[in-house]
Amino acid sequence: MTSTTPSPARGFADRPGRGAVTGRLPWALVVPGVLGLAFLVLPFAGLLIRAPWSTLFQRLAEPQVLEALRLSLVTATVATLVCLLLGVPLAWLLARVSFPGRRLVRALITVPLVLPPVVGGVALLLVLGRRGLVGQWLDATFGISLPFTTAGVVLAEAFVAMPFLVISVEGALRATDQRFEEAAATLGASRWTVFRRVTLPLIAPGIVAGAVLCWARALGEFGATITFAGNFPGSTRTMPLAVYLALETEPEAAIVLSLVLLAVSLVILAGLRDRWVTSP
Amino acid sequence: MFRRLSRWAVALPLAVALVGVAGCGSSEPGAPAAADPASGGGATTVTVFAAASLTGTFTELGKTFEAAHPGTSVRFNFGSSATLAQQITQGAPADVFAAASPATMKTVTDASLASAPTTFVRNKLQIAVPAGNPAKVDALSDLTDPKVKVALCAEQVPCGAAAVKALDAAGLKVTPVTLEQDVKATLTKVELGEVDAALVYTTDVIASGGKVNGIAFPEAEKAINDYPIATLSKAPAGDLAKQFVDLVLSQQGRDVLSKAGFEAP
Repeated sequence: MTSTTPSPARGFADRPGRGAVTGRLPWALVVPGVLGLAFLVLPFAGLLIRAPWSTLFQRLAEPQVLEALRLSLVTATVATLVCLLLGVPLAWLLARVSFPGRRLVRALITVPLVLPPVVGGVALLLVLGRRGLVGQWLDATFGISLPFTTAGVVLAEAFVAMPFLVISVEGALRATDQRFEEAAATLGASRWTVFRRVTLPLIAPGIVAGAVLCWARALGEFGATITFAGNFPGSTRTMPLAVYLALETEPEAAIVLSLVLLAVSLVILAGLRDRWVTSP
Repeated sequence: MFRRLSRWAVALPLAVALVGVAGCGSSEPGAPAAADPASGGGATTVTVFAAASLTGTFTELGKTFEAAHPGTSVRFNFGSSATLAQQITQGAPADVFAAASPATMKTVTDASLASAPTTFVRNKLQIAVPAGNPAKVDALSDLTDPKVKVALCAEQVPCGAAAVKALDAAGLKVTPVTLEQDVKATLTKVELGEVDAALVYTTDVIASGGKVNGIAFPEAEKAINDYPIATLSKAPAGDLAKQFVDLVLSQQGRDVLSKAGFEAP
């Protein structure tokens, strides 16, 4: 992920503008803003208060917890890579090539955002399941069956998370100054070279922001995963699934698992944000 | 450069939240009547928390109850018994709890939220296979074949606990491909043909309306699930809650339940 941010993009988002307007803070913005913050942060405080601190480390050391955490981190990262490989070109097509039905395509991309993830999981089963439209053929020709495998988890996460990346990257592409690309083209660069040497460095912060959102969404993915990939320790039981199952009998264990997930994602997101996501 | 992006970022969650709020608001027309515990005797809504496997039968009994008590309405919350038990102990305003296992009922009675549950039906496991039975399963021992993909319920929920008990009784070791969070999710995997077999309740096989085939197996006798029902001690609906339980226990209730495949206790 880090290799996608070369130097030309640095400082691009640090342009003047921040703090330029001074004067009294308007209450109409401060009050709802602070309320919004409290609304987002209080549930987290609730988890911290109710956490069984005395048995915390003992619960964390359980092998199933580490197994689920490792699986979550690996699948979310691979899903993000899949999204980058497919999502950046898709965003480029949407932003730079005008073709009939582009608005419809753009609307279709948001479908996984709106669809309840469980329905997304069923849809994946209908297409990629053992009896699905494509899955049937995969099974018969290559003997590949995706449901109930770790690859299935990656697919489910990528399905749900990719729109976040595409929307971010497309926004970044539309906001860039196209004259840089035009200048490169007049100097004889092919469209592919322009994309690689000019466009990509310019939109790198947008790509990273999108990838971070995408990764975070993949990490928390639950509905599509449990529906499409099932729930089995070691191969498909990610942290959110472990949390849900623990809630059935041991709410305290579920709180511990959630805290682990939160802590890990906060550390990674905060680290990335300071270093790479320079926009406010 | 992020102006366009941030506009999206604000508009999308807001739109989603608004849709969500609108959806919630419209789905609970009778709610205020049940939410006021002070109105005890005069309540007109009974809120019943019932195991997912009771969805069909209890919905039917709810209509019967409403017809027999004009002006009243029965609201249902169907789900995994374990989840429902958690919701009740966390203070969900329920009047009646019908669980798929004594263990989940015990969570509620241990918290002194209900007492003296009555067992009203029993449910037996069957092997569910997709139409056509592609893996040619006809006995419990066939599930140990590694080529047969099996779905079971997770051990934390009643159908999973029963499955473990039945397999233990038979001395068999089955490695499932998935442990589902409730019996309906397990059944869905069979209906879609994603697994070759699953252990679900007889009633779920019947409720699927022929989309899956059920195979009875003798070891199921060792893992019969008792379904307890109880009114909750803080039932906002008071007497009305008891009347609903009486209907479930009546001959009329029995008829509806046995038609769906439940056995008498």
